Amino acid sequence: MIEIVSSSRCVTCDVCIAVCPTDVFDRGPGGLPVIARQGDCQTCFMCEAHCPADALFVAPLTHPAPEGSPLRDERHVTESGLLGSYRREIGWGRGRKPGARQAVGPELGRARITPAS
Amino acid sequence: MTATPQPSTLDLVADVVVVGGGPAGTWAALTAARAGADVLLLDKGYCGTSGPTASGGTGVWYVQPDPAARDKAMASREALGGHLQDRRWMARVLDQTYENMNRLEAEARYPFPVVDGRPHKRGLQGPEYMRRMRSWIKRAGVRILDHSPVTELLVDGAGTVAGVRGHRRQHDMDYRVRAGAVVLATGGCAFLSKALGCDVDTGDGALYAAEAGAELSGMEFSNSYAIAPAFTSVTKTAYYGFATFFHGDGTPLAGAGSQGGRSVIARELLDSGVVLCQIDQADAETQRLMRTGQPNFFLTFDRLGIDPFTEKFPVTLLLEGTVRGTGGIRITGDDCATTVPGLYAAGDAATRELVCGGFTGGGSHNSAWAMSSGTFAGGGAAAFAAALGAGAHRRRLSGTGGAGIRPAGSGAGGAGRAEALDVLRRQVHPYDKNYLRHGDRLRPALADLDAVWAGLRAGAAPAGGDLPRLRQAAAMVAHARWMYTSALARTESRGMARRQEFPGLDPAQFHRLAVGGLDRLWVRPEPVTGREVRELAVAS
Ligand SMILES: Cc1cc2nc3c(=O)[nH]c(=O)nc-3n(C[C@H](O)[C@H](O)[C@H](O)COP(=O)(O)OP(=O)(O)OC[C@H]3O[C@@H](n4cnc5c(N)ncnc54)[C@H](O)[C@@H]3O)c2cc1C
Ligand code: SF4
Ligand code: SF4
Repeated sequence: MIEIVSSSRCVTCDVCIAVCPTDVFDRGPGGLPVIARQGDCQTCFMCEAHCPADALFVAPLTHPAPEGSPLRDERHVTESGLLGSYRREIGWGRGRKPGARQAVGPELGRARITPAS
Repeated sequence: MTATPQPSTLDLVADVVVVGGGPAGTWAALTAARAGADVLLLDKGYCGTSGPTASGGTGVWYVQPDPAARDKAMASREALGGHLQDRRWMARVLDQTYENMNRLEAEARYPFPVVDGRPHKRGLQGPEYMRRMRSWIKRAGVRILDHSPVTELLVDGAGTVAGVRGHRRQHDMDYRVRAGAVVLATGGCAFLSKALGCDVDTGDGALYAAEAGAELSGMEFSNSYAIAPAFTSVTKTAYYGFATFFHGDGTPLAGAGSQGGRSVIARELLDSGVVLCQIDQADAETQRLMRTGQPNFFLTFDRLGIDPFTEKFPVTLLLEGTVRGTGGIRITGDDCATTVPGLYAAGDAATRELVCGGFTGGGSHNSAWAMSSGTFAGGGAAAFAAALGAGAHRRRLSGTGGAGIRPAGSGAGGAGRAEALDVLRRQVHPYDKNYLRHGDRLRPALADLDAVWAGLRAGAAPAGGDLPRLRQAAAMVAHARWMYTSALARTESRGMARRQEFPGLDPAQFHRLAVGGLDRLWVRPEPVTGREVRELAVAS
């Protein structure tokens, strides 16, 4: 679920408020988006992909991250390189090459069935 | 009842209204606009990010127009689908998909990867594809209203669909649109399971269609569950073909697999609550290609600090219902018409049996169907609207919405959203009810769903933003009732509709199942179309 809105990075462009498919954000004081309905978050990472300032972080969990979790800690996600990593991988943002250009996966054969031992 | 606009209601007019802005809806809007129609697209969320294609991305059934290759493609899933497909439709969809993918490159400048000097068009990255569809349809003149869930269809005196009503949730305002024709492209129904991008897909279109008198088909093929790391949303399943599954104690879970062994995982989750997984069959090069192929597959692992190639991690199965299942609104014409004049259906809102039979359309067929059926439906709707002429917008309209809008009876014994969600959680999500199906468990589950439906029908109508939420709950309950009614009627195992007490295929049940009704449900066998083509193909 969405966990972090970085007030220092946010450029108050309202993009996340517009693009979130489940309408999780409201416009808060000073134009900063606030996570108003976290329970509706479907953990789809779309707000993060569209935020031009890498100001959002979506933890991969379908429930709120527990108190004290590093996934709620802006410093941790910044220093570990997780913040903005999805945009980097799909090549969105100025000067980047669209990830779609590289998106060729491995050949998928018949799926493996776990053997008895 | 005549619809008189409330003072706070926004009144709009369009030739064609498209409900839903995923791939099916955007292709429908584009096609209708190119045909000269004035098009309004309404999305519950945001056209460009909403729905599983935007967040998940899709492999695409893109096959070169070479007869042998096409024939092989059509034959590939026929047995898995219980031979309920229609070869003529498969051929049409392969043709249309080929054309649309080429247009994506030429007209929307989609950045396809280049392999051996040629664009590789067997997949689309979700965020890129849907962002381009949005700007493409805007350039074509389509008007878009985001965060504007449709709540019901409007019909004229003859029962022809002639508009929609809905709510703008970021403006807290109702709206009404008069239209010449309506395309439903609202996606399937994944019952708010939080499967990737699927919470917007609550089966709204199927409910609205049924309220206007349309039929559904293939609703027994609705028990699709997808693998995700436990407590996460990323239900991308392709790469689990390289995985080994384990019991909680680390010993191999024999027979488990992402294809042809998923029920073993369900059984073990029911029995012990734990299944572990490790993607241990991928060599270094495969691992590298996985990351470039589907970066979002790794979001979960990277953020949780798991190396899926060397560590065992717990997995779960999330309900994807008719998103990667196959049932939906029954199609009656090549232009994706339904049994109701003025109403068209496309994508996951429609049945995909024509191309998938009773098997999942995940992996390739669904995306091809979404873009092709959207194209067909958009063209059909534009032609229908044009034929109506100038009188189209002077018709008297009435609303068709029942549950949550127009209470039946005295209002006593009403149920609300919370009761409905509770019944869905107990009777539809559990693996022993919907996945590993048995009549002894389906019948009481259906009775429970019928009871809460009666409560929803009797319950009071909420106002403002609460109405779309209640309508979603009603749509999911209706969906589940059609699913279980069809599942009980199919006393055999065909495609994904398997019954534990009827494990075999019954040649006498070689038919599709149409289903419908709201308070009283009915189910009816329908002959499988398109067999002539197949027999010819086999004979030659
Ligand atoms: C994780 C995942 C991976 C998948 N991978 C593949 C794949 O590789 N290949 C493949 O072929 N298929 C795949 N599928 C299936 C594929 O994503 C769907 O078939 C496809 O998205 C269907 O497109 P659609 O336009 O019909 O519906 P959706 O993409 O679901 O879009 C429906 C739209 O309707 C809107 N809507 C819903 N209700 C209303 C309402 N009441 N009013 C207004 N708007 C409404 C929603 O907001 C949404 O924008 C995958 C599915 C999942 C979940
Ligand atoms: S998209 Fe990013 S920069 Fe724009 S308002 Fe949201 S958080 Fe701020
Ligand atoms: S992850 Fe998806 S649902 Fe959650 S806030 Fe971001 S865009 Fe909205």
